[in-house]
Amino acid sequence: MSANISYDQVEVGTELPAQVFPVSRATLVRYAGASGDFNPIHWNESFATSVGLPDVIAHGMFTMAEAIRVVTDWVGDPGAVVDYGVRFTKPVVVPNDETGAEIQVSAKVAAKLDDRRVRVDLLATSARQKVLGMSRAVVQLS
Amino acid sequence: MPLDPSFIGRTYPPTAPYEVGREKIREFAEAVGDTNPVYTDAEAAKALGHPDVIAPPTFPFLITYRAAGQVVNDPELGLDFSRVVHGDQRFSYTRPVRAGDRLTVTCSIESIKTLAGNDVLTVRGEVHDESGEPVVTAQMMLVARAAEEG
Repeated sequence: MSANISYDQVEVGTELPAQVFPVSRATLVRYAGASGDFNPIHWNESFATSVGLPDVIAHGMFTMAEAIRVVTDWVGDPGAVVDYGVRFTKPVVVPNDETGAEIQVSAKVAAKLDDRRVRVDLLATSARQKVLGMSRAVVQLS
Repeated sequence: MPLDPSFIGRTYPPTAPYEVGREKIREFAEAVGDTNPVYTDAEAAKALGHPDVIAPPTFPFLITYRAAGQVVNDPELGLDFSRVVHGDQRFSYTRPVRAGDRLTVTCSIESIKTLAGNDVLTVRGEVHDESGEPVVTAQMMLVARAAEEG
């Protein structure tokens, strides 16, 4: 494991580079195939609306996968992530149009821990709604 | 009917090994749009000290979710899966999953609670490699919404 970032160069409050991840219906179909999660709420809008959703929604695990990229792109080695947890607070609604939806992810160092580890808190929003809560990663820095 | 709290602590038999393929890792990384070469290029992975390509952090869910089927479909537990939503998810890693791993999952019921009429079930999946060493622990919290009245 070899992180690009040294523990000594970060402070509580250090911001990681934020990213925006686009999500279209095609993205969801592809993720369904790769993950094996074929729940129709992620690709069939008549099914999604019949169970009370506003439209097709992204897989929560897709959003979780995108959010951690802010950390793994920053640290370089994804093996440096030692703990990662999220709460799914609101769905990412994905309309069937040219643009789809976007997931905005920002993150900052929330605590410096022992053994050159830090806790990073993530904020993920879509359509101005917070889609992940209690979203935290513990990262081993060099 | 609420879930029976006496199921807390119940442990299920380990799953048959899941063999992690490098092309499955590539497919997953492409599906989440992640171009980090550590997922696709063994040399890039070795340069970071990994013996082979590693999988993205949420990849283990493919394996632990399938294993959790033992719990959510346990007829004795009686969870109504049609009312279930994924509440939260956590991974604690001993090391990253990598190509060639043969992984087994041992599921257990960590907690059962009732909140505002909803059943809240937390399932833990301990993932071990072929030599029995721990790789990652996944915790999945599922919420079964209360059945509608009438």
